Amino acid sequence: MKNKKTLSDSNLLLTITIVIFFVMYACAVLFLKGGFLRPQAFLNILNTNAALIILACGMSLVMITGGIDISLGGQMALISMCCAVYLDYQGGNIFVSILIALAIGLAFGAVIGFLVAFLDIQPFIVTLAGMFFARGMTTIVHTAPFNVANEKFTALKATRIIVPGLGSVNRKGIYVDAYIEIGVVVALIVVVLMFILLKWTKLGRAFYAVGGNKQSALMLGINVKKTKFLAHLLCGLLAGIGGYVLFLNRGSGAVTNGSGMEMDAIASSIIGGTLLTGGVGNIIGTFFGVLSLSTIQNIVSSAGLGEAWWTGITIAGMLCLFLVIQSVVMSRKKK
Amino acid sequence: MKEKSILEMRGISKSFPGVRALQNVDFTLMEGEIHALMGENGAGKSTLIKVLTGVYEKDEGHIFLKGMDKEASIRSPQDAQRLGISTVYQEITLCPNLTVAENMYIGRGKGFMQNWRKMNADADKILQSLDIPAKSTQQLSSCSIAIQQMVAIARAVDMECKVLILDEPTSSLDEQEVEKLFGLMRDLKSRGVGIIFVTHFLDQVYEVCDKITVLRDGKLVGEYEIENLPRVQLVSKMLGKELDDMADIRSESAVYEEKGDSAPVFEAKGLQSNAGIKPFDFYIKKGEVNGFTGLLGSGRSECVRAIFGADKVIGGTVKKNGKEIKISKPIDAMKNGIAYLPEDRKVDGIIGDLSVRENIVLALQVLQGFFKPFSKAKAYEFADEYIKLLEIKTASADTPIKSLSGGNQQKVILARWLLMHPEYLILDEPTRGIDIGTKIEIQKLVLKLASEGMSVTFISSETDEMLRTCSRLVVMRDRKVVGELSGDDLTQNKIMNTIAGGEAHE
Repeated sequence: MKNKKTLSDSNLLLTITIVIFFVMYACAVLFLKGGFLRPQAFLNILNTNAALIILACGMSLVMITGGIDISLGGQMALISMCCAVYLDYQGGNIFVSILIALAIGLAFGAVIGFLVAFLDIQPFIVTLAGMFFARGMTTIVHTAPFNVANEKFTALKATRIIVPGLGSVNRKGIYVDAYIEIGVVVALIVVVLMFILLKWTKLGRAFYAVGGNKQSALMLGINVKKTKFLAHLLCGLLAGIGGYVLFLNRGSGAVTNGSGMEMDAIASSIIGGTLLTGGVGNIIGTFFGVLSLSTIQNIVSSAGLGEAWWTGITIAGMLCLFLVIQSVVMSRKKK
Repeated sequence: MKEKSILEMRGISKSFPGVRALQNVDFTLMEGEIHALMGENGAGKSTLIKVLTGVYEKDEGHIFLKGMDKEASIRSPQDAQRLGISTVYQEITLCPNLTVAENMYIGRGKGFMQNWRKMNADADKILQSLDIPAKSTQQLSSCSIAIQQMVAIARAVDMECKVLILDEPTSSLDEQEVEKLFGLMRDLKSRGVGIIFVTHFLDQVYEVCDKITVLRDGKLVGEYEIENLPRVQLVSKMLGKELDDMADIRSESAVYEEKGDSAPVFEAKGLQSNAGIKPFDFYIKKGEVNGFTGLLGSGRSECVRAIFGADKVIGGTVKKNGKEIKISKPIDAMKNGIAYLPEDRKVDGIIGDLSVRENIVLALQVLQGFFKPFSKAKAYEFADEYIKLLEIKTASADTPIKSLSGGNQQKVILARWLLMHPEYLILDEPTRGIDIGTKIEIQKLVLKLASEGMSVTFISSETDEMLRTCSRLVVMRDRKVVGELSGDDLTQNKIMNTIAGGEAHE
């Protein structure tokens, strides 16, 4: 009997996302042969987007509770700049730099969470302020962009984890191993942990309840304020992790690091089936949302449409498609 | 505490800025008892319940629960739940995006992890034992309102609640669903649960309840055994006055319509909208009160919405005083002197955060255009005039409308339209969800307006209300006008027969 139960709305949205991703990737492999056939092409999507995956997980978390956080991109810049300055000018212990990243993220999460949850201020306004603050602070810490020269850090940055069996032979006939960066491992762990959190813990379910109906959640005995606070705090922690992963990928401190990343995170969450209104969403969907988003970007650039606006337009089209699908699913439910 | 009583509230008082919502109220609930809490809107029922469930904190008084030697301290809904007090509200307070089982168990129990298998099994067991046709893994939003309500009750039962509060649970249920709910209530009663039942429906009180406690204006009127309190007395206790008003408000009316066959003010031929009603003809004379009647969903509201242009009109003509006019949007209707008080005041009517004054002058402002505002003094003058005329109970004209009781909100919207001095006023379910006293006031007002020459269309689900106010009834069935009754034909029986299509017994 259980097997026969129909797909719930969120599962339906998730299925659509995954199917669209595979169809898209298959098309890319078929028509734009070149790069996409090699496994490394896929792994590179992960390599470049590890930070975005982590960030999008945090964004989904907040969106599920009915909130939003647009300060994430700014936090990325601040975190990478602070870590960079610390590593190059203050001696630089890798472990301490990680702690700095986490501390900045948690501090943002705590302050935003406090303002949103306990003072009941609109999350959009709070995080808008957070965004300006983070970008401003970044400039104060250090204005000019620079590459980190710290040897231990560059060694860590260059660390590649070989994925056995997925290597391929290059044009010169030499076998090249397929690899992923450390950030990808971190991102995958985050995805798994967040999935477990949302699906299998009471806190995770409370996120959904609060996003579904705040008033009801309160009546059902959920501490709404605490739940919202924790969502933002967790999002902050993930921003810290994501910030460091981005830093590790770029290897530089720059005011422009992570610019627009909060919007990419929102877009990925929405493509992954998270509703802006809260209460519906899925981390696996978000993961595939990031993959879809970056696959589009890759397709657009491999098809020789190098200009940035092509990417923008394609993503806009895709977002529209998903929003239409979502509203169709939702209105179907009402009938 | 008395023996067998599971809840005692003593000397409860609660004030809000400008209002004393509860004054020294006592309430006692026994084990295995269904206890009705009655009162008009604004009598303090909701406040009392919110004090009991920890939504509001009481100013004074004591709450005692069985098995506790001390006074119970209830500061939040969580506290109340922990003490075995559960509430099922009129508006479902569950999360539609979660499953049935989750809604029954979320926010309870210890531990960090969520064991789905055990939760679903437990939920199914309870749903079965209470005979509730829902599955644990179903998403709540896929259940009907009635089932959702039962899920809320199942949650309460599983929490071993000793006191179950049902706040207007039946207002959105059909008859069969109400029966089912009553069955569930009796079942719980036999298990020793004390149930507090809040409702506007007198029939339902007399069907299931054992005792009645009546509140009026925030004060306790008394507690009565159900068999010692006939209906008429209950109503008069709720209103605080004897009930001769109810019978003869009609006698004041019927003045204007006697003036013979004047030509209709508004006339519609073959009117049809995109809301799915069959084309219909319609007319109304000056100073006439007519009504649309029929079962819920028969198209009563759709007819008047078509006249007002609230739905897209796709056919037919409308004439005013014999001259054809075009109404395609509500603003056209308003310019032609038609005012429409919509069915669902929360959706179509009030703007909750605006003040009473702003809500009153809204329609007039729209008609004038937004670029010709009238002075604040003028707006206050209008507002005060109508607050007085309709006896709207509000602290001041600047109070946000959402803090008023339902009946008073309705009066504010009525004031909004009256301010335009319409020639033709359409009232769609103006008396729904408001107390008897205000209902009668509104009915009286309708007749008074008509006697002053206004044409009124009055729609209500309660036939006797229609019989008291209307001189002509248009009967609808299955989205079609099937008859028109007036004069001596205006009896309950005739209406029933016409609605049923002549198949009912005379």
